[in-house]
Amino acid sequence: MSSEWPLWEVFIRGQHGLNHRHVGSLHAPDAEMAIRNARDVYTRRKEGVSIWVVRSSEITASSPSEKGPLFDPADSKIYRHPSFFDIPDEAGHM
Amino acid sequence: MADKALFEFLTRIGDTTLVLGHRVSEWCGHAPALEEDIALANTALDLIGHTRMWLSRAGEVEGKGRTEDDLAFLREAHEFRNYLLVERPNEDFAVTITRQFLFDAWHRLMLISLQESSDQRVSEIAEKASKEVAYHVERSTDLVVRLGDGTEESHRRMQHAVDILWPYTGELFTDDETDRELSDRGIIPLPSSLEGEWKTHVDGVLSAATLVRPEREYAHKGGKAGVHTEHLGFLLAEMQVTHRAHPGATW
Repeated sequence: MSSEWPLWEVFIRGQHGLNHRHVGSLHAPDAEMAIRNARDVYTRRKEGVSIWVVRSSEITASSPSEKGPLFDPADSKIYRHPSFFDIPDEAGHM
Repeated sequence: MADKALFEFLTRIGDTTLVLGHRVSEWCGHAPALEEDIALANTALDLIGHTRMWLSRAGEVEGKGRTEDDLAFLREAHEFRNYLLVERPNEDFAVTITRQFLFDAWHRLMLISLQESSDQRVSEIAEKASKEVAYHVERSTDLVVRLGDGTEESHRRMQHAVDILWPYTGELFTDDETDRELSDRGIIPLPSSLEGEWKTHVDGVLSAATLVRPEREYAHKGGKAGVHTEHLGFLLAEMQVTHRAHPGATW
């Protein structure tokens, strides 16, 4: 039966986290049941305060074969990391 | 002196959640989808959790030193006080979900009312259990509507489930001496007082699910008084065998 249900990706915002994080996927006939199923499958140990679900088919992913062209150019460009600035004391913790 | 009526009530509600919890747990590893499997196991665990609170309190009230485990695993079928509805076999998913829905709708109303109990422990346990039961009602209500108003086959199975389970719902609303005494003392509501609101809720859901409530008023009774169907004996045999084979064993 579950093979007829579409796949959903589940994102949970934790007790102290600011962002929803991807925690896994599940099958459900529609969004409402995907939320319920996510509640039962992924928040049994009080992991979350908010759930997002999205149809897996709605996600566009980068292709593994394009890994080189996409990411290699960022290699050896350490100057892109904002670690060369002196932070004035008045700015406090960043 | 032990409060006999209160002990009786605590075993009625505790045995009811225990037997249903065990029934639902029978689906573990067998449900139609992994997601349903986990959801059902969660429900079963919630109910067993409620049982622990009710039966350990029952043991205290009885004052004979019996623990929750003694009451759950070392009593015979005729000593159980659960409603007949919850010992009905799972049969198919439709029967399981319909039984759950009919029970959840009653359970929610009962716990809301018990939160006003003059007995502080009863009201505390009811408050704790209420949060989980609110979710149970939401879930089983949703599934009843989806399956009732689903495919031709799911509709047929759901209508069959309503037809065979309906005669077991009447017992939820019968009053006896124990109920009247505890109601006079402000500890529990009279079971019959919950029926109107329950029917309104159930009727609304059944109609949204395109299901028809049977007209006949006949109700099977006996569970509350310890008179059970043959199904309870088999359930207890499986549930109690390990405890009885290894008395006093711990993890």
